[in-house]
Amino acid sequence: MNIFVCVKQVPDTETKVTPNADGSFIETSSIKWIMNPYDEFAVEQALLIKQANAAANVTVVRVGSVKDTEALRTAMAMGADDAILVEANDNLDSYSIAKALKGAIDKSGKKADLIFAGKQAIDDDCLQVPQILAQMMEMPSVAVVVGFEMNGTTVKAKREVEGGALEVYEVNTPCVIACNKGLNTPRYASLPGIMKAKKKPLAQHSLADVGVTDADRRVKYSGFALPPEKPAGKKFDAMDATKQAEIVAQVVSLLRTEAKII
Amino acid sequence: MDFAISPEQKEIQELALKFARNEMIPVSQEMDEKGEFPHAIFKKAWELGLVNTCIPAEYGGTGFSSLDAVIISEALAYGCMGMNTSFMANDLALLPIVIGGTDEQKKKFLTPFTQEFKIASFCLTEPGNGSDAGGLKTTLKDGGDHWILNGEKMWITNAGHANLFVVYATVDPALKHKGICAIVVDPKSAGIELGKKEDKMGHRSSDTRGVRFNNVKVPKENMLGKVGEGWAIAMSTLDHSRPLVASSALGGSWRALDLSISYSKERVQFGVPISKHQAIQFMIAEMAMKVEAARLLTYKAAWLCDQHVRNTEVASYAKAFASDSCMQITTDAVQIYGGYGYSKEYPVEKLMRDAKLIQIYEGTSQIQRLVIAREVLK
Repeated sequence: MNIFVCVKQVPDTETKVTPNADGSFIETSSIKWIMNPYDEFAVEQALLIKQANAAANVTVVRVGSVKDTEALRTAMAMGADDAILVEANDNLDSYSIAKALKGAIDKSGKKADLIFAGKQAIDDDCLQVPQILAQMMEMPSVAVVVGFEMNGTTVKAKREVEGGALEVYEVNTPCVIACNKGLNTPRYASLPGIMKAKKKPLAQHSLADVGVTDADRRVKYSGFALPPEKPAGKKFDAMDATKQAEIVAQVVSLLRTEAKII
Repeated sequence: MDFAISPEQKEIQELALKFARNEMIPVSQEMDEKGEFPHAIFKKAWELGLVNTCIPAEYGGTGFSSLDAVIISEALAYGCMGMNTSFMANDLALLPIVIGGTDEQKKKFLTPFTQEFKIASFCLTEPGNGSDAGGLKTTLKDGGDHWILNGEKMWITNAGHANLFVVYATVDPALKHKGICAIVVDPKSAGIELGKKEDKMGHRSSDTRGVRFNNVKVPKENMLGKVGEGWAIAMSTLDHSRPLVASSALGGSWRALDLSISYSKERVQFGVPISKHQAIQFMIAEMAMKVEAARLLTYKAAWLCDQHVRNTEVASYAKAFASDSCMQITTDAVQIYGGYGYSKEYPVEKLMRDAKLIQIYEGTSQIQRLVIAREVLK
């Protein structure tokens, strides 16, 4: 059984994100990269299946820059067998990423039985790569999954919906599962695991190698800027009873003319 | 000269820090309050390979260098100095076997620690001798096909949970250092009596007790080295373990610095965060400077060990400087937190209580200065 796990490398949650000098992307030079936290649930679920099924092979796939391969190394230190990196700018759009992931999976020569991913990346919060990938792979997909059971070629996936209710889906493999917090408790990479990960194979491709070109871009970022700072609020002192009527009139007028909310 | 740690060491450090943040910090306050032994956390750290770092690869260990070991211990102490005392005590007890044991002894005593989770204690100090460790009174008598151990040990870390003791005892107190032996003792042996758990000021989650030996029979083959070689084994152990103890103080100082930085940016007085006040800035600058200096000394002391160069002098610099700085830094952290810092609701008072012990155990700050003076004046 071949299991693929799509992982993304995102800025550490404690990073203070700022736009770069020309506003074309975020400033990446001082960022500490980590594996997208939702992807950790995806890796763990794949490893749980591998534990129960010695023949299973877990491959992690990532599309992004080569500066730091933290996410892939972490996944292999946790227990994944091998990794594929598709070298690309970190500001690709979801469609190009999904197409590159498909290209990398096809190129591996392995037939995917299961594909796991985090439900979303915590940097751009796009929440769509797994679904686009499923469409391209012509596989069913379930997103925001908090429960997973597999019986032969049938997968029962529970997903959270509004109000805390759960929807239960039954899909056949191969399928794409986008994982949410609560699905499992991701393991730590052990120290012997970290040592072993160094010897595990990491294949590297360019975007062209996996058939992705500039023409595949569906979204172009026009610019990155910090949100404007909020101006300080206005204070009205209504402690003086004789002036209250006047102040109320003033507030109502401002809400109409300035804030334009009534 | 290269001041950077390797990418591999960086990864090890990140794992240890993640473990400290996720597993230790959330419960350290409560376990300190209750004086609860961190059994489950200790076991989890063992599963990840974060403890018993001194066991060589040929006996099933991770084969880490001394520098790797201090990087790990620093990060774990960032999580909790008290729990790290328990973790470190395993290395302290296993090091004499690594240093003085035969191949057969290493297989017999070290390898089981790599196969299942086990706890060890280093038994040197006695009620009547702390700094004057050479004047110990616990005796070892030849009983024919075994040794007979008698005496009392004090302040023994992990004693209540240990699966193995390394005990220092003398064949004749009149021989002073020349009569001292190091011997591996099974804590389940008949005649061993554990004292009550000490109610301590800090490091409250680590288990500290007295241990009494009443005519305890110990197999002959459990002696490390020859009769009279125990003192040299103990001193060599301390050369290896002092950088570790320094790293524990360093980890505590680092945490106090991080907490002080974030609190001073949040706490507003006179209309601005207190980090804008020079009085606070100077305290934080002092902390940062001492953390970095302690780190350099500690890493150097460990690095010397790895180069197989005698590090007695630098290990004492590191131990004294890191622990004295930790006391100062954690005291200042309480000062920066003000009234809140004195309350158990906030994390810094525990750091201050924990810091104190590191100036005392494994050679007080005064003993370190004695060692340094002896080295530089000889």
